[in-house]
Amino acid sequence: MRAAVLVSLLAIAAVTEAQPAAELRWGGDAEGGAPFVSADPGNPDRVVGFEVDVAALIARGLGRTPRFIQSGFTTLDAAVIRGDFDIALSGLEDLPGRRARLALTIPYYEFEERLTVRAADRDRLRDLRDLGGRRVGTLGATLAAEMLRQAQSAHGVVPVLYDDDVHPYEDLALGRIDAVVLDQVLADRAVARVPGLVNQPAALSRGHYVGALAPEHADLRDRVNGILRAAMRDGALKGIFERWGMWTPAVAALYDVQAATPGEHVSLAASAGSTSAVPVGATPLGHLEAARRYLPRLLRAALITLALSCLAMAMAVGAGILIATGRVYGPRLLRTVLTIYVEVVRGTPLLLQLFVIYFGLAAVIRLPAFLAALVGLGLNYAAYESEIYRSALLAVPSGQLDAARALGLTDAQALRFIRGPQALRFALAPMTNDFIALLKDSSLVSVITVVELTKETSIFASDIGSWVVPGLLCAAMYLALSLPLARVARRLEQRWSRA
Amino acid sequence: MTPRSVLDLEGLTLTRGGRAVITEMTASVPHGQVVALMGASGAGKTTILRAVAGLDAFDAGVVTLGDVRLTAGLRPAGELQRRLYRRVGIVFQFHHLFANLTASANVSLAQMHVQRSTPAEATRKAEALLDSLGVGHRAYAYPHELSGGEAQRVAIARALAVDPPLLLMDEPTASLDLDRRLELAAVLRALVENGRTLLVATHDAEFVRACATRVLALSGGRVEQDGPVHAVLGP
Repeated sequence: MRAAVLVSLLAIAAVTEAQPAAELRWGGDAEGGAPFVSADPGNPDRVVGFEVDVAALIARGLGRTPRFIQSGFTTLDAAVIRGDFDIALSGLEDLPGRRARLALTIPYYEFEERLTVRAADRDRLRDLRDLGGRRVGTLGATLAAEMLRQAQSAHGVVPVLYDDDVHPYEDLALGRIDAVVLDQVLADRAVARVPGLVNQPAALSRGHYVGALAPEHADLRDRVNGILRAAMRDGALKGIFERWGMWTPAVAALYDVQAATPGEHVSLAASAGSTSAVPVGATPLGHLEAARRYLPRLLRAALITLALSCLAMAMAVGAGILIATGRVYGPRLLRTVLTIYVEVVRGTPLLLQLFVIYFGLAAVIRLPAFLAALVGLGLNYAAYESEIYRSALLAVPSGQLDAARALGLTDAQALRFIRGPQALRFALAPMTNDFIALLKDSSLVSVITVVELTKETSIFASDIGSWVVPGLLCAAMYLALSLPLARVARRLEQRWSRA
Repeated sequence: MTPRSVLDLEGLTLTRGGRAVITEMTASVPHGQVVALMGASGAGKTTILRAVAGLDAFDAGVVTLGDVRLTAGLRPAGELQRRLYRRVGIVFQFHHLFANLTASANVSLAQMHVQRSTPAEATRKAEALLDSLGVGHRAYAYPHELSGGEAQRVAIARALAVDPPLLLMDEPTASLDLDRRLELAAVLRALVENGRTLLVATHDAEFVRACATRVLALSGGRVEQDGPVHAVLGP
């Protein structure tokens, strides 16, 4: 047994240390789907997509074998800086902030940002200017997200940030949002897939896909640029994009410019139309200034976290009391049903429950995001709360119940005046614990587009390219929420133990 | 003329865990007496009190308390339960005072929620009862702040608050020293003078001599002796 552990430890060490130089580790998000990177339907162990072909082309030029490494789309930049892989290729846009932090390759694709609306709104909502006061979805950490943020201050558009590029279009079809802004590759694919949606013909702006490397790998970046330029000249890249049905005159024009430039790459970031603003914190000095500017948004997000947690806890306590009472006093059938509820909810991930409530049930009931988050958290924690109350009810000595009965009190009266109040004292400490856990679990609801404290922090971090200041601010805010709560609970416990 | 009885047991049979504890017991508790239910530990004294108080079901026989008839098999519920608790109260060996309520609230709870008295009326009566039992000064103490003797008096007050003609007491002297035992005997005699009837489970012969008028002695699950104290315990 011990030998087996030793062998596996050695094996792990060997794998992590012997980093064969003959490999090109490239990162992408296979959740992003076709045509970028997605699992091969015929063989889910393999990935396919134009980025897979571009990675193979670069690896071939470097004399290496490509190896795909999965990473979440919004954390690709941080992962490549950490050294999780050599280069990120995943429909990454050439953003000024990204260019300031990372070594970016020359652009290898040019796209247009498209506005997608429901067919019925085709003539009403043609531009971001028409979307004042309306909810517009996009993918976080993209050019489109930056555009929407500017449209928020310019036209009062309400941005709704998603972690993936599939659900914005589904929510658009469902009426949860009124438009989606994303690049034409995603927009074309979505319109073909989801009935009832149309793309507005005019481009909102243009952008480019680039590869991203850690800043210290500028030499490798330059070699990659050479390979890309050669592939632009000899038609290898054109072949790839034709194969994926993505070849456009704009891309042809891009290649003419890039291929003709022998040395330094031409940055096209400045040509990205309306999105020329330099993101905050692009320079190291900007971090504190950025923190000052982000603070109101973080505070607002903390308020959302607090409101969501308090409401969800209230719901969990109410439902938990009903479930526990049903399980202690109810008839057999009710007890069985409630036990199944508790076991199913406790036994499955909260994340899955949130997806099911928000996206899965959308065909039956269309809950707004905040309400879905509230229901998801509340019902999940109700299962845990009910177990606390059930054991607390059972912990009240049977002599107390005998005494109540011998005075002629009904079961309901005994519960209300004797058993319930005594059980509450047993339950207080674990309840406090649960509330603090809920406060932090509420960060999971960002997957259904609720921007709470953690999500706002990760937007902040991806904007300034560092987690240090945002992380510290975020942690301080969570502590500012949870510490007073723990203190109140301790006081209450002390007072009750005196009573 | 035989005095009217407040409790009649006819053919009462009780089993616990498959073991017969009481077999076909027949006995009466006459009005205005302190009846001692005696027997060794495990003789079934507490079991009988719990059956009479409607806390546990019994296996055969009939228990009659005035116009309330309990039959075998089921714990009384609903209307029968409400009528039963106008007839009988119980003071447990370990008191079982409600831990979350003050002494006064322990005593007034059933008045308010079973008898529907107003809170003011219930509190007034609770304080008067606690006073009469010598623990009026402890009315606003919580159970864990009371001594054993004080807790017992509060428990007696709680049982008396709803005015049951019959009061059951389980091992009332178990945790009392000699002086307190004599004091309790005086309290019980005073209760009888005020028209109550008591059935007291105990194995404390000295205490029985000090306050009881009759003895029901149990042995082997049956009534071995039933008569005046001196006839059963000797002079």
